[in-house]
Amino acid sequence: MKHLDEYRDAGRARALAAEIARTATRPWRIMEICGGQTHAILRFGIDQLLPPGLELVHGPGCPVCVTPLELIDRAIELAQTPGVVLASFGDMLRVPGSKTDLLAARAAGARVAMVYSPLEAVRLAGEKQDQQIVFFAVGFETTVPGVALAVREARRLGLQNFSILPAHVLVPPALRAILGSPQSRIQGVLAAGHVCTVEGYEDYEPLAADFGVPVVVTGFEPVDLLQGILLCVRQLEQGRAEVENQYARAVRREGNREAKALVREMFEPVDRKWRGIGVIPSSGLALRPAWREFDAEARFALSTGAVEEPSECISGLVLQGAKKPYECAAFATRCTPERPLGAPMVSSEGACAAYYRYGRHHV
Amino acid sequence: MCLAIPGEIIEITGADPLTRMARVSFGGVVREASLAYVPEAKPGDYVLVHAGFALQTIDEEEARRTLELIAQMGGAEEEGAP
Repeated sequence: MKHLDEYRDAGRARALAAEIARTATRPWRIMEICGGQTHAILRFGIDQLLPPGLELVHGPGCPVCVTPLELIDRAIELAQTPGVVLASFGDMLRVPGSKTDLLAARAAGARVAMVYSPLEAVRLAGEKQDQQIVFFAVGFETTVPGVALAVREARRLGLQNFSILPAHVLVPPALRAILGSPQSRIQGVLAAGHVCTVEGYEDYEPLAADFGVPVVVTGFEPVDLLQGILLCVRQLEQGRAEVENQYARAVRREGNREAKALVREMFEPVDRKWRGIGVIPSSGLALRPAWREFDAEARFALSTGAVEEPSECISGLVLQGAKKPYECAAFATRCTPERPLGAPMVSSEGACAAYYRYGRHHV
Repeated sequence: MCLAIPGEIIEITGADPLTRMARVSFGGVVREASLAYVPEAKPGDYVLVHAGFALQTIDEEEARRTLELIAQMGGAEEEGAP
C-alpha cells in the first residue's frame, strides 16, 4: 500500500538504526507519547535496534487507559438504563470499570452497540427514534473533530435522541504535567503524529522551550519512528531543544484549520481526571453551553463521585513513563489481557498489553 | 485509538463541503469516509482516515523529501522499496 509500505522497508530501517548508533554518544531517555507508537515499537522490535543506553519510555497516549473508572461506570449505567443504547468504539468494551466492563454488562442484558465512527451512532439514532443513543466520546485531539461533526449532524437532523458522554483528553496539558513533575526523567519527546494532524504543533513549542526538551512530531511506521528518534538524538547531542516535524507528509504546523475551528466552536477546555494520574488542569473538553443539550451527563441522572483504583495496579506510573510494565508485581501473573487489573493491559494502545503481547516480560 | 490509515480517494459524493463523503481504497478494501475536514481533496489524492473522517491530505512532495533524506543515509532507494 502506497504511503505505508515505504515506511516498513527493512533497508531504510537499518540505515536509520545505523545512523542513530553513529550519532548517540551518551545514554538518552526519550518518551513516545502515543500508545499506538508503543505497540509499533515493540511489534517491529525497534527497541532492540537501538544502541545500548538509548531508552524509550512510554507516555500517556492511550485514551482508553486514562478514561477514569467512574466514567466507565457511568457508561455501563447508561447501557443498563431502559430505553438507552450506549454506542462505543470497540476499544472501550473490555476495559474494566470498578465492578464490570461493557462487554460483560452487555452479556448480562445491557445494551451496547459497537461503532467504527461517531457518524454511525448518529445514523443509529435516526433509525431508532424511540430509543436514546449515547455515544461514549473517548479519544484524543484526533477523534474530537469526528465527534463534533456527529453532534452537529444530530442537530441538523433534529434528532432529540442523540447525546455523547464526553471523555476527551488533550495531550499538551498532560505532557506539561509529566515534564514538570520533579520525578521526570524524560530528555526528549516523540509527539504523536495523528494528534498533530488536527492540532498542529504550535502548542509544543512553549513546552520544548520551558523544559529544554526536544519534541519531534513522529509518524507510526517503523521508518517514521526511527527517523523521529534520530532527529531527537541529534538535537540532544547538539544541545538543542526545538520542535521538529518528522511526519511532514501528514502534519502541518497549524494543523487542520477546518477541524480546529469546529472543535473550538463546540467544545471548551475543562479540568479532567486521568485514570491512575489524577486531575490535570484544562486537559479535557466539554460541550459549550450552546451544545450542552447533547451532553448525556446533562440529559440523564447519573451517579457522581469518585471510585478507587485497584491498589495493586501501577498503571499511573506506567502511563507517566516512571515504570515499565514488567516492573509491576502483578504483570503477566495476576494481571493478564484475560483478567486485567487496569486498562493498559487490555487496550490495543496500552503499554502493558504491548509488553505482554510481544514478550517483553523482563528487562 | 488514534490509528489513522492512508487511503486513496476513488469517488466523491455530494457537493456540500460539510457532508461531502468519499469512497476510499485502503489497498483494495473500500470504505466510506467524510471529507468535511479536507475540502481541497480530490479523487486520486491520498488522505489519512481516522474513525470515518479524513483528517489530512497526504503531501506527496513532503513524502518524497522524507524518503530522499533517508536514501542519502544509505537506505533503500525511493523507487526500490516494495
